[in-house]
Amino acid sequence: MIAWTIYITFAGAVLLLVLPRTFARWIALLTTIAGLALGLIAFVRTPIGDLAHFATIVRVPWVPALGMNYHLAIDGVSLTMVLVTGISAVSTVLFSWDVEHRQNEFFFWLLLVVAGSYGVFLSADLFLFFAFYELVIVPKYFLIAIFGSTNKEYGAMKLTLYSFFGGMLVFIGILAAYVTAGSLDMNQLAQFQFNPQLQSWAFPVLFLGFAVLAGIWPLHTWAPTGHVAAPTAGSMLLAGIVMKLGSYAGLRVAMNLFPLGFQMWSKWIAFLAVVGIVYAAAVALRQRDLKFVIGYSSVSHMGFVLLGLAAATALSVSGAVLQMFSHGVIAALLFAVAGRMIYRRTHTRELDALASMNLGRALPFAAFTFVIASAASMGIPGFSGFAAEITILIGAWKTYPLAVWITGAGMVLVAAFTLRALKQSFFGEAEPSVLLQKGRVALDPDWNEQQSITAAEKCGACLLMFATLAVGIYPKLLLDRIMPAVESMRFLK
Amino acid sequence: MSYLQLLKLASPEAVVVVTALVLLAVGLTIRRRTVDATVSTMPLDQNASGTPAAMPDALGPICCSIAALGLVVAIGTVLMLPRNANLFGGMLVITPLTCLFKIICIALAFFTVLLTTSEKAPRHPGEYLALVLFATVGLMLLVGSEELLMIFIGLELLGLSLYVMTAFDKTDVRSAEAGLKYFLFGSTSSAFTLFGISLIYGMSGTTSLAAISENLATASVQPLLAVGLVMTLIAFAFKIAAAPFHVWAPDAYQVAPVPSAAFIASASKVASFVVLGKIVLVGFAPLHGAAAWHAMVAGWSPVLAALAALSILVGNLVALAQSNVRRLLAYSAVAHAGYTLIGLVAGDRDGFSAALFYATVYAITLVGAFGIIAVVRRETGGDDFSNFRGLASRSPLLAGCMSIFMLSLAGIPPLAGFFGKFYIFSVALRAGANLGLLWLVGVALLGSFISLYYYLLVLKTIFVDEPPLPAERHVDVQPDLLLRTTVAVLAATVLLLGVAPEILAARILAAVP
Repeated sequence: MIAWTIYITFAGAVLLLVLPRTFARWIALLTTIAGLALGLIAFVRTPIGDLAHFATIVRVPWVPALGMNYHLAIDGVSLTMVLVTGISAVSTVLFSWDVEHRQNEFFFWLLLVVAGSYGVFLSADLFLFFAFYELVIVPKYFLIAIFGSTNKEYGAMKLTLYSFFGGMLVFIGILAAYVTAGSLDMNQLAQFQFNPQLQSWAFPVLFLGFAVLAGIWPLHTWAPTGHVAAPTAGSMLLAGIVMKLGSYAGLRVAMNLFPLGFQMWSKWIAFLAVVGIVYAAAVALRQRDLKFVIGYSSVSHMGFVLLGLAAATALSVSGAVLQMFSHGVIAALLFAVAGRMIYRRTHTRELDALASMNLGRALPFAAFTFVIASAASMGIPGFSGFAAEITILIGAWKTYPLAVWITGAGMVLVAAFTLRALKQSFFGEAEPSVLLQKGRVALDPDWNEQQSITAAEKCGACLLMFATLAVGIYPKLLLDRIMPAVESMRFLK
Repeated sequence: MSYLQLLKLASPEAVVVVTALVLLAVGLTIRRRTVDATVSTMPLDQNASGTPAAMPDALGPICCSIAALGLVVAIGTVLMLPRNANLFGGMLVITPLTCLFKIICIALAFFTVLLTTSEKAPRHPGEYLALVLFATVGLMLLVGSEELLMIFIGLELLGLSLYVMTAFDKTDVRSAEAGLKYFLFGSTSSAFTLFGISLIYGMSGTTSLAAISENLATASVQPLLAVGLVMTLIAFAFKIAAAPFHVWAPDAYQVAPVPSAAFIASASKVASFVVLGKIVLVGFAPLHGAAAWHAMVAGWSPVLAALAALSILVGNLVALAQSNVRRLLAYSAVAHAGYTLIGLVAGDRDGFSAALFYATVYAITLVGAFGIIAVVRRETGGDDFSNFRGLASRSPLLAGCMSIFMLSLAGIPPLAGFFGKFYIFSVALRAGANLGLLWLVGVALLGSFISLYYYLLVLKTIFVDEPPLPAERHVDVQPDLLLRTTVAVLAATVLLLGVAPEILAARILAAVP
């Protein structure tokens, strides 16, 4: 039944093309809610034991001559990713509630990204997987280039070309696996013994291709630019879902198919991951644009995911998957506050300008949300960020103690830039000349009562905050499902 | 072998020829209402915006319907042919493969005829459509023959019709220039072909492909044979516009009447690939050679591999710098010829069918794209990037179709181009032992990475850029329902072949011997 997440989302996208714009946002909302509901139903109803293996849901011959099947499957890792996709999608639609310009088209591209992501997370056929993976690239371009802001065409093109470049690397790796093993079934391929010589070059090509999307240093530069150029919904989708495609695929495809290649290269991945964590955090500390801060923080957090994968213990990889979930939720929340709650009302994201507005009093709900999101992002216990990062670090300790030390130090930087952004954006010292009233910002002449935080925004924010708290307080909720699935993968040391 | 029998087996060609003759007669007898304008030397862009109603009122539609009807009947007769037949030692061959590709070529010609209804109509629709049909006969002869002389005749018939079709817009000097260029390059390449064929004949003592293959089975690649081989290949490299034999293409694509350009880009290309495949895989089978990195063996496959790599690089890189959509398509066509050649380099049955699948999908896509260009030209008087600005707000349907075509060319799922690329590349990797063709696939992937950039630029112009102010726009002609339907059908086909490629791939695979 979980397969219907894909169909419903595609159907919603098609409906958007034919129905008039009065229905557009409702169609988008209902579609994404249906996707989330299906994910939750699967989460509740599937016995935990069934999630230990990548179990087939649908398998229909597609192009028999080339051995292609329409083959979907699910395990704990996929289910977690489907859930985070659903949560991000619903909140993204809620935060795009007041998009007026070319509304149908906006939600059409948005739903295509969501549908493609569901497809990636559920595919068990390499060709199908790759088709969904590439399908996500182009809608992002339009989402950013049409609806974005700062330097949008540049950001959109950069992001698309980076993704597509990664896609080309992935293409080579997938072809090599397919041609050598003669099969596209991911479960079969995961049993196939590729010769070490092939693995030694195919793994890095494949993994690097995926890692571009996950924002691996030094191929991460698309992420901050893209996040900044994108409309709020675009940033939320990018950080919440699209970056996860890369790390999920690296785990599911690259590492699972080429375990020997992975062993040869894992220390390099760990190295890049650690550099990414520290470097991005340091850069974030110096940014003036709030969205750039969050964009770099995404790169830094994704570094944890890559480190968890590289360490290759059951615990660290499970932590990485948990971090994918956690970061998806937290980043969406941060971008929602920065891009929608703040920017739409003040028309600026410059930290210096925001510091003079004392938004904490003008927009108390936004301030509250941002505090929660920052706390989660810094890894305060009780939030999902903490649960995920601590799992990764404990898991990685056995393999790369040095990396854990450096990362631990890096987390201080993360806390530093997060607190700086928090202080400047909401709790800055107001200049006396600025008139302050609850619910009003005098700097903007267009400001009026209608521009206080809307119900849709509150719903979206609450959904995301609930997700990060629930997983933070009781991580076993997800870990129980992730761990067995990870343990059944063959690359574990 | 009685003439009646021959006529029966050649009935599709006969139907098309008769239709063409009828068209000529109609064109001569029905009086035109408008007077021919004198040749103007104005650039096309200013000119095309002139009088769109220059088309004789009734003559155009009548001729188009006759041509379309003739082509439909021809498809019907193809379907009624026996499954297998072989006349005069391969001069006329009927196999599932030839039937399938005759149908595809006729269908592409059919869509070309539909495009003719829209474009600033040719002044002599009867003659123009007759030429299209003659070219179609040339394609059918090419596809349906396994004999070098017959293939040469088909090439010439096709070529001569296309030269005139390219130069058909008498009001535009640039069209004449493109036609002349095409003719000069084409006739030179024909000379090469004839020379090559005569050398091959000298070495093997026959012109039938099957017999050539037998006679060459024991031969090594001697210098004379190599010369003959390369010269024969040059002719096809010219026809499919592979670099460095592509110089005619940009002009022909850009300034020829839109239907001519569509025909050159689609049907002519598909047929050329069918024949090229048959020649190298059947006739020159013993001279396959190998194109694997570090393990090259002399033969035709390294030649084709070099052509492919060069075409992909030249086509994609030069396309980056274009500001005219048709010229951009021309350079991208060079690159796509390169991708398709990879299928042939891989050789064997799988490689051939992958190449044919790709060529067919490409042809469908390009006819559709040219259909959109025809509409845009009619509405804005040109086909530069600037003419496409804001197409999305003017006509969402056309914009959507154009994005399907462009993204299919770039190889984005779920469109047919994506599957085509996957098919070709996987076949190529499987062909060389030890992933020997990886270098070629790598070049191709690099090329398609580059290509996404310029295809996105086209789409950016359509979707992102603001439409020009109303004052700048030319008066709209009434929306052409037929043309829009044609484009929508083609776009739906591209989508369908991407979602369910089995429909076409299985047929081609079954038909390829």
